[in-house]
Amino acid sequence: MLIAVASGKGGTGKTTVATNLALTIGKDVQFLDCDVDEPDAHLFLRPEIERSEVVKVPVPEVDENLCNLCGKCQEICQFKAIVLIADRVLTFHELCHSCGGCFEVCPQRAISEGDRELGIIEEGFADGIRFVHGRLRIGEAMDGPLIREVRKRADDSSITIIAAPPGSSCPVVEAIKGVDFVLLVTEPTPFGLFDLKIVHRVVEILGIPCALVINRADVGDSGVKEYAKEKEIPILLEIPFDRRILELYSEGTALVSAMDSWKERFEELFGKIKKILQGEGNGK
Amino acid sequence: MASELVVISGKGGTGKTSIVGALSHLISDKIIVDTDVDASDLHLLLSPKILEEHEFISGHEPVILRDRCTECGLCRELCKWDAIDEDFSVDTISCEGCGVCHYFCPENAIDFVDRICGRWFISETRFGPFLYAHLDPGEENSGKLVTLLRQKAGEVAKEKGVDFIITDGPPGIGCPVIASIGGAKAVLIVTEPTISGIHDFERIVELSHHFRVPPLLCINKSDINLKNRERIIEISKRKGAEFIGEIPFDMTFTDAMVNGKTIMEYAPDSASSLEIKRIWERLSSYL
Repeated sequence: MLIAVASGKGGTGKTTVATNLALTIGKDVQFLDCDVDEPDAHLFLRPEIERSEVVKVPVPEVDENLCNLCGKCQEICQFKAIVLIADRVLTFHELCHSCGGCFEVCPQRAISEGDRELGIIEEGFADGIRFVHGRLRIGEAMDGPLIREVRKRADDSSITIIAAPPGSSCPVVEAIKGVDFVLLVTEPTPFGLFDLKIVHRVVEILGIPCALVINRADVGDSGVKEYAKEKEIPILLEIPFDRRILELYSEGTALVSAMDSWKERFEELFGKIKKILQGEGNGK
Repeated sequence: MASELVVISGKGGTGKTSIVGALSHLISDKIIVDTDVDASDLHLLLSPKILEEHEFISGHEPVILRDRCTECGLCRELCKWDAIDEDFSVDTISCEGCGVCHYFCPENAIDFVDRICGRWFISETRFGPFLYAHLDPGEENSGKLVTLLRQKAGEVAKEKGVDFIITDGPPGIGCPVIASIGGAKAVLIVTEPTISGIHDFERIVELSHHFRVPPLLCINKSDINLKNRERIIEISKRKGAEFIGEIPFDMTFTDAMVNGKTIMEYAPDSASSLEIKRIWERLSSYL
């Protein structure tokens, strides 16, 4: 069972909800941090990293001795990553999307696979939680392929919690595509609502069942609740604004380990998610 | 060429947009840009009057012509994104627009048409010209849309004889952030004294140096953890990011936002507003 936690707007409590949910489930749970730009979940789960792997993508290397300057590679490349200039073929690896088109099209077989480093994937254990995250290399623009690699580590046997990146564009799609359930986290403010609507649209397009957690539920205005009602998105948990919660977060202390009442509330949250998923399974 | 200050944060939700809103109120002649194109919120504070609306067309997407397709499956085999389903329909959300399927289809059964990825706007606000965009949900090419917005902002600045641009950047360190900061005069990093704020601050400072844009530091919600505040200042010294000010935790920002106003308008005499004024005084000496 894959449960993704996404938010649209950043800083609404995605990491808080995802890590506390994982800690509440406790054992037989896997955690994938797909916010590879700024992976923060490890600061709260504190896993012992056991394996680290560099993730690379294939990019073209041109053998000038074989190349006959036909220009087919330039013609197929949609990303201007391989260009014929005068009597040379130049490659721009940072623009390459690794579609494989140039390798395939070259009649001279003059293009071989070099690689570009995207970042690393680290895996380890935090108590009973199997932990995986990706860390994008500083200066690398393409987070999508690294997120895909993190997603490949999901094992079907257990419950997997996925922390998605903020926003609503392709990295979010990579993180949540094909999951069983998306938990949307927002705050009840105009910014929170605007960004919720966009990410909810992504979830709708992908056809994934979802529900809502409202953080700092007692601030702002009623827009988010009205939207949830209109769109029939169930609200599974409301977390009030509490300076103590903010302070715990600032230190990297999980809510459920510091405050017993929150353990119960996250257990309830997980119960509600399971119930919704069983309902779906019965063809509701 | 106008000089540009880009406000970024690494971590989301640190108060970037609220601070850009406040600075927009303070700075006299400038163009305002929002490059957080997949979660653009600044327009909610600026209530823009749209002067120009454009489609953002970037790249192409395949369309399979049913009457020609023989379902040979070569496109599915070649596609690196699993974007062609078993029934030979294109999953445009997964499609990267590489065109390999179109190029190699032996039946010429795959068209490759312009892809509309969103919309962008030139608008007028009570603080001056404002350019922003809405990327369609789940779309690609956010970096290209950012580049387009910044280019257009430069043109508007030139046309109006304005020599300053303030830009509300996206969170993270990936494609849209890289597209937002290249060539800027400086970046203002808004962070918070939380363990994740610190972690993300270090990465965004490195990114700024990587692209040779001087980073400046503003700590928001600075009183929620004083030890972490000290750590951020220490890191900023070590990594070379000039500390130019801090704002204590203040719910007034949320109240102002709910009212569609910047904090400078909603609570001009509040401690936060006075602090932002001091920050702008210091900032202007760098720009």
